[in-house]
Amino acid sequence: MDNKSTAYKIFTVCNTIVLTAIALACLYPFFYVVVASLSDPNELIKHNGLLFMPLKKITLDGYNMVFNNKLVLSGYKNTMIILVVGVGINLILTTMGAYVISLKELMLRKPLTILVIITMYFGGGMVPAYLNVRSLGLLDSIWSLIIPGAISTSNLLIMRSAFMSVPESLSEAAKMDGASHGKILIKVMLPLVKATMAVMVLYYGVSHWNAWFNSSIYLRTSSKYPLQLVLRNILIQSQTTDMMSDIGAAESPQVLLLLKYSLIVVSSLPIMTIYPFLQKFFQKGVMMGAVKG
Amino acid sequence: MKKSKKAAGYKVSYGIRLKKDLKKNYAAYLIFLPVLIYYIIFCYKPMYGLIIAFKNYTPAKGIIESAWADNYGLGHFIKFFNSYYFLRLLKNTLTISVSSLLVTFPAPIILALLLNEVRAKKFKKTVQTLSYMPHFISTVVICSMIHLFVGGNGFITNALSAVGLTEGGISLLSHEKMFVPTYVISELWQTIGWSAIIYISALAGIDQELYEAARIDGANRWKQTLHITLPSIMVTIIMMFILKIGSVMSLGHEKIILLYNPGIYNTADVISSYVYRKGLLESNWSFSTAVGFFNSVINLTLVVVSNKICKKKTDMGLW
Repeated sequence: MDNKSTAYKIFTVCNTIVLTAIALACLYPFFYVVVASLSDPNELIKHNGLLFMPLKKITLDGYNMVFNNKLVLSGYKNTMIILVVGVGINLILTTMGAYVISLKELMLRKPLTILVIITMYFGGGMVPAYLNVRSLGLLDSIWSLIIPGAISTSNLLIMRSAFMSVPESLSEAAKMDGASHGKILIKVMLPLVKATMAVMVLYYGVSHWNAWFNSSIYLRTSSKYPLQLVLRNILIQSQTTDMMSDIGAAESPQVLLLLKYSLIVVSSLPIMTIYPFLQKFFQKGVMMGAVKG
Repeated sequence: MKKSKKAAGYKVSYGIRLKKDLKKNYAAYLIFLPVLIYYIIFCYKPMYGLIIAFKNYTPAKGIIESAWADNYGLGHFIKFFNSYYFLRLLKNTLTISVSSLLVTFPAPIILALLLNEVRAKKFKKTVQTLSYMPHFISTVVICSMIHLFVGGNGFITNALSAVGLTEGGISLLSHEKMFVPTYVISELWQTIGWSAIIYISALAGIDQELYEAARIDGANRWKQTLHITLPSIMVTIIMMFILKIGSVMSLGHEKIILLYNPGIYNTADVISSYVYRKGLLESNWSFSTAVGFFNSVINLTLVVVSNKICKKKTDMGLW
């Protein structure tokens, strides 16, 4: 920059300090959790300041408890099933719906689009949704976590704009060759909207991964719980009866505390390690959502 | 006479055209069918279920058979408006979302502006990546970290008690007064980096020639920020602000019910968490549906109005 005034130099230094502080503030809590998860629990429970290295000698007891815990393991498994099946259904229905309402030649395109968009701004709310799931007999089934959220309307609209941005001449040409709508969607359109599909996978994937509320009201059997609900029960409600019986440890507050820190690490590590690589797609999604109008 | 003939002719031709369209594009409509069924069963049926807000619903009788609520069906609404909770919930919902808005709205803009001044690409990228981190952590884990850090032994509690802002050894979440600040600051921490993205890309889109011209005119960096940078992203800022205002009453229940406890309902209980407790925990189906319905109507109104304003001001909107 040609602007090398003293004021600007001072600003640059301050700016660097402020930004470093923000970055550290975002990072430190995670660092703290990792360090705490490796600390001696008897020291940890007395400690109330910042942490920069494990207290006393490093222990992996917390991780041992986590990996020996049946609910955590079944939670991971259930979440994986919900993720794979859920995202699959999400993608199929979202592309089908978005493709059809992107077709300019359809006379019912507008009413169908309106029908879809209304649901973004108005809905039955929590209780009617619950009663609906109950009346469909989905209670205590993992389908209750997959089917009611099979389409997110905002994602559908992002997908629609992706389809609309494909030049019409391409589908016209396919139509000339006698291709049906199904064929045009699968063979012509989908390969052209791969990037948006990737964003959809991430968006739906993250929402399934994070979801805990619906499972807390729909599921009864603890072996069906997804990971986040297991986490809620242990981390927030300190319900440990199920897990402690497994390993026969005393339910001492020290052990529980160590377990909590280890559990946070185990449950968040997969996402933390892959997200820097996925950032780009997410960012793209943010912009797509912003310019859908 | 001529006019009506024309209208009739149009009507017939619309029907015929529709028939033709359905015949020609039946495959497309067939593709849409599962989507339509989904929307009917999982979006429109629950909307129909809102009728129970005007009835005394019992599962045994079902929606249709249940008796209408007193006061011409408005009994539950009247009961809610007259209850002690109404004002408390309204006050808490507004306090929490307005203070969140005041803090979390300007912060990402400032972050984006600061990042925009950084010339070292690697440093900029690192700060950005780290600031996104909290966004990728699930709500449950975020809330459990809050519980741990502001708990009796938490380092945040300890730091605050060291400067006399709270008593040591007691969780911030058991103080009525501390709930809103805890909520808002955690919200800031969670969203600052991610919300900055939209401004960062708006900043990246500014024509560099404008700066060139300003430099030739002798404007320093601060003046350039005031006269070029800020005006260039003003549309984005206004749009985001108006849309945020539209969602001011639709504060979600998830984070609230993970953080609050009966001891602090006075400041922490909001409309959505109340609906959850009354409806799903206490099975007050009709009453809680009425409360939720009231909230949805307000939300809808706010969204529609704010979107109208947004369109007027920026030519951009949700629809």
